[in-house]
Amino acid sequence: MPAYWLFLIVLAIAAVGFVLGRMRALQSAKGDSRALHSLKGYYGWNVALKVLIPALLVLVVWQLAYPLYTNATVAGLIPEASVNDGSSADLVLAEVRRTANGLEAAVASGQIADTQARDTLADPVAMTDSLRSAGQIVTSELTTPILNAAQHYRAMGETGALIRTVVVLLVAFGGLFWGLSDSYKDFRARNTVEQTVKYLLIAAASIAILTTLGIVLSLIGNTIRFFNLYPASEFFGSLTWQPSFGGGSELGIWPLLWGTLYISFVALLVAVPIGLFAAVYLSEYASPKLRAFAKPALEVLAGIPTIVYGLFALLTIGPLLISVFGPDGAGWMTGTRSVMTAGIAMGIMLIPFVSSLSDDIINAVPQAMRDGSYGLGATKSETVKQVVLPAALPGIVGAVLLAASRAIGETMIVVLGAGAAARLSLNPLEAMTTVTTRIVSQLTGDADFASPEALVAFALGMTLFVLTLGLNVFALYIVRTYREQYD
Amino acid sequence: MYDAPHTTERDVTQTEIKIAAKNVQVYYGDTHAIKDVDVQIEDKTVTAFIGPSGCGKSTFLRTLNRMNDTIDICRVEGDIRIDGEDIYDKRVDPVQLRAKVGMVFQKPNPFPKSIYDNVAYGPRIHGLAKNKTDLDEIVERALKRGAIWNEVKDRLHAPGTGLSGGQQQRLCIARAVATEPEVLLMDEPCSALDPIATSQVEELIDELRKDYSVVIVTHSMQQAARVSQKTAFFHLGNLVEYGETGKIFTNPEDPRTESYITGRIG
Amino acid sequence: MTDASMPTDTPRHGKSIMVADAHTKKRNASEKRFQAYGLAAIGAGVFFLLVLLGAILSNGLSAFQQTFIEVPVYLDAAKLDKNGNRDPEDLKKVSTFGYNPLIQNAILEQVQAAGIDTPLDKASEMKALISASAAAQLRDRVIANPDLVGETVDFRILAASRVDGYLKGRVQREDLARDKNIDAVHLDIVDQMRERGLLAKAFNWEFVFGADASESRPEQAGIGIAMLGSFFMMLVVLALALPIGVAASIYLEEFAPQNWFTDLIEVNISNLAAVPSIVFGILGLSVFIQFAGLPQSAPLVGGLVLTLMTLPTIIISTRAALKAVPPSIRDAALGIGASKMQSVFHHVLPLAMPGILTGTIIGLAQALGETAPLLLIGMVGYIATNAPDGLVEGFMSPNSAMPAQIYEWAKRADPAYYERAWGGIIILLVFLLSMNIIAIILRRRFERRW
Repeated sequence: MPAYWLFLIVLAIAAVGFVLGRMRALQSAKGDSRALHSLKGYYGWNVALKVLIPALLVLVVWQLAYPLYTNATVAGLIPEASVNDGSSADLVLAEVRRTANGLEAAVASGQIADTQARDTLADPVAMTDSLRSAGQIVTSELTTPILNAAQHYRAMGETGALIRTVVVLLVAFGGLFWGLSDSYKDFRARNTVEQTVKYLLIAAASIAILTTLGIVLSLIGNTIRFFNLYPASEFFGSLTWQPSFGGGSELGIWPLLWGTLYISFVALLVAVPIGLFAAVYLSEYASPKLRAFAKPALEVLAGIPTIVYGLFALLTIGPLLISVFGPDGAGWMTGTRSVMTAGIAMGIMLIPFVSSLSDDIINAVPQAMRDGSYGLGATKSETVKQVVLPAALPGIVGAVLLAASRAIGETMIVVLGAGAAARLSLNPLEAMTTVTTRIVSQLTGDADFASPEALVAFALGMTLFVLTLGLNVFALYIVRTYREQYD
Repeated sequence: MYDAPHTTERDVTQTEIKIAAKNVQVYYGDTHAIKDVDVQIEDKTVTAFIGPSGCGKSTFLRTLNRMNDTIDICRVEGDIRIDGEDIYDKRVDPVQLRAKVGMVFQKPNPFPKSIYDNVAYGPRIHGLAKNKTDLDEIVERALKRGAIWNEVKDRLHAPGTGLSGGQQQRLCIARAVATEPEVLLMDEPCSALDPIATSQVEELIDELRKDYSVVIVTHSMQQAARVSQKTAFFHLGNLVEYGETGKIFTNPEDPRTESYITGRIG
Repeated sequence: MTDASMPTDTPRHGKSIMVADAHTKKRNASEKRFQAYGLAAIGAGVFFLLVLLGAILSNGLSAFQQTFIEVPVYLDAAKLDKNGNRDPEDLKKVSTFGYNPLIQNAILEQVQAAGIDTPLDKASEMKALISASAAAQLRDRVIANPDLVGETVDFRILAASRVDGYLKGRVQREDLARDKNIDAVHLDIVDQMRERGLLAKAFNWEFVFGADASESRPEQAGIGIAMLGSFFMMLVVLALALPIGVAASIYLEEFAPQNWFTDLIEVNISNLAAVPSIVFGILGLSVFIQFAGLPQSAPLVGGLVLTLMTLPTIIISTRAALKAVPPSIRDAALGIGASKMQSVFHHVLPLAMPGILTGTIIGLAQALGETAPLLLIGMVGYIATNAPDGLVEGFMSPNSAMPAQIYEWAKRADPAYYERAWGGIIILLVFLLSMNIIAIILRRRFERRW
């Protein structure tokens, strides 16, 4: 029984439990709902929650844990010898899983008989052919150990599904009876339900922690796997980035970091002056009319998805730059993709980010400060330059750092606009590549997930995560201390 | 009488009119905040504006150096002259006007800069100092005039925000004095201060009278009685009575003034 | 009193305020300059916005138009149904290769009948004019309605991408030397066909509702299936992010005690809001696909990843909405004996609902436009060629999403796909715009000022 059917059945049991629980409680009060401790709905909820929570918890844990168990068991079945040179146990395991899925699909579509799929003595070559002709993806010739492992894997999946159904239903019914046995008139149903709801609320709030944990664990785990295959000293020490899927890659992070920082720098060069001046003008000079028009207009820029900026960079900014600096113009630029192409688009994207953050910060400077300056006969610009901006400086620095962290983590604009060439160059009209583009290309390429060429993406992701997180924590710290100054 | 404010032949005993306001009306959007105010403020005198809150005394004070310009919906009509020059004339640059008519605010508002930079701010923007030593002198003189020199001379480069409330207010007065204005407007300068700091600032105001025309808005009638020579009583946007402080407090002509100083309206 | 008591140490300006002195003039000039910089900055921002919108519209609107050729095709029974019994199973045995000559013949006949002057006189030479998809479309139509065999049917054929590009000005005669797919002779035919009204542009519904096509058939590609993928993802996001986000916000705003655990949650939420989206893609890849074994490219996985990404946005706006409900409401409920939980669920939450929904819609809009994490979990273009059969299929079977589809088109070499990418952006922006307008209306109509 598929998991979602099981889920629906548990829901149905809970619904029945709700009705029964309410009825039972009412009966115990001889139909007089005033004799109940709580409102009758709470008795229903009490039963429903006791059905839902344990059963769904078991279901989720099973879904997560059982594949681990099957993988471990099946991995134990594969003899050392069938792991070829240049391959790894992970690769073989992936092959096993693929075969098992292929068998399952082929049986489901009726192209292979179930008995044939289960035949442990089947000829692997013939099986490969019949799987292929059934339209399943088989990467190489099957061998007997792999086929057997796949068959075992498939069998485990089937028994697993059966056990899962039984266990989940048992738990659900257990919850039903537990809840129903509670449903008499003196039971403090409201308190129980409210307590449970509170735990549910805590669980929901904890998802933020779990997400961070998930990110950190998946990054760390795979980064360690990468460093087992590829020396960390090379990763952090080499100045060349040259992945080759045949092996012998050079995976130095510096060209990528350089491209990332260079493009971010160009982006900030565009965004910070424009954003800052726009914020100053809007908060100090603009008439309410202009403000009502210009502020939302700038904010529209923030609502446009990054893919749009990517396309804009590739198809509008790039050709524009080429027409000025390209072979027909100054002759400094060869392709539409370059640091400038991506940097300008990213800068435009960041303008509203910088301006709205700066606007908040400038507005937080007390009016008394401005009055003091005007009262001394300062002009508006003198007040802005010498009183408002210095007072707002920490906040603005924080805003710029936040923008920088955005720029460093931005993906789509650089994927489309920056190019794929990893180089350490100062020329902003040359194509360069960034950490994020390489993560995309290493993980969407043909490399197997167990190869260093794919795993390097996790090390890059880790670098990115640490970098942006560090910038953010620092920026938020600055902004927060600044805000406290005027609170 | 209006001309030649810079003539050396001046007799301090004979009071000169520094600011003359005629038929002044102030509107905030549709609200008529100041109605038909006529007042003549003398040089080298402390003039107090008193009245219940919302009576328009602060609003009127702010029209005297065009601080109301910073508020979009505020409109001023009538004629206000300083040394005979109409301050709402199109040719007048409010920046130059405010250099001449300094202002001290209700809440001490030192800039988040050092004490030195706070005081040097005005002279710097107005280009009053020829060089560093010159500026140092101006700052020292202003701080002395603000009666705070002795307290801060050892920490001129400490932030101005680190001072106590009373010190901050005296710093703000020193800051206003440093641009060498001719008139000092003070908008309830002691309302945020404790009694000790208040008396220090009041003493200072009395000192300043020697050199400036001081206009002070105050909530406290005692303070008006203590520091001012002239008092103007505002009520509901009207200037009800204006005259010698002693006379206003002991023998007011208008019944509204009397009600106010005896505490029946306020 | 004498002059001796004069403050001789105070040099008075004594200057008229009517005349600006040199220093003031300089200061006012710098004031003007500063203001000009500010105006220029705003101008630059608005200019960029206009250029961006201009680029999108000017490049993308043409994607909604496509060139079609109206032609009567004789469905030769001798070729399509040799047995003559109109059995659909038999008809299926004829591949698209059987249909191509029919269409090409039909075009040639039409060209000759219209008296178009051309040196070409072989049917196969008409191939360059029509889309490679035409035969498949005709075949589908015949299989759906076997009685058509033997008849002459009016058929609207997609013109080849180059022909379409020529009509839209994308393909220029000067570039023909480098083009393998079309030549001047064919373009002469196109010009004459256009004059005679045999070939024209029309609104292309297939672009809005159709599926992506292979790299060589840009004229056939549509964004419809990717739109379904996005739709199913948004369902997941809405079903998960809204309740979880609201629950988390209620806990943090109403129940959470001041302790390290609450602090930990708060720090995590504010940091997650700033984690680059691609990192969420890595999370989805390694946790949902590699660890939990969920299918690759499935909208369910995409939805889960986007849920985690959108949660901080929803939590932040929900908390703001809850905060805006004045404490007096809570006190009133507690005062008449409601439990804390009841006061929150009966009073505070309903009052905060408009704010919560506004925040949710904005979060959804953000999720709808997100691309990077989808690439990592395999939701790239040209995955699904048919609409999913049902709800479960919709969540579980591989699909793409609108922004990922746009990215896929932008990557392809044929410039005809660029037009598609811009057109896709228009559709995406229409969705985002409507979502934002709904959010604004919600805010305007229901937001309460306390």
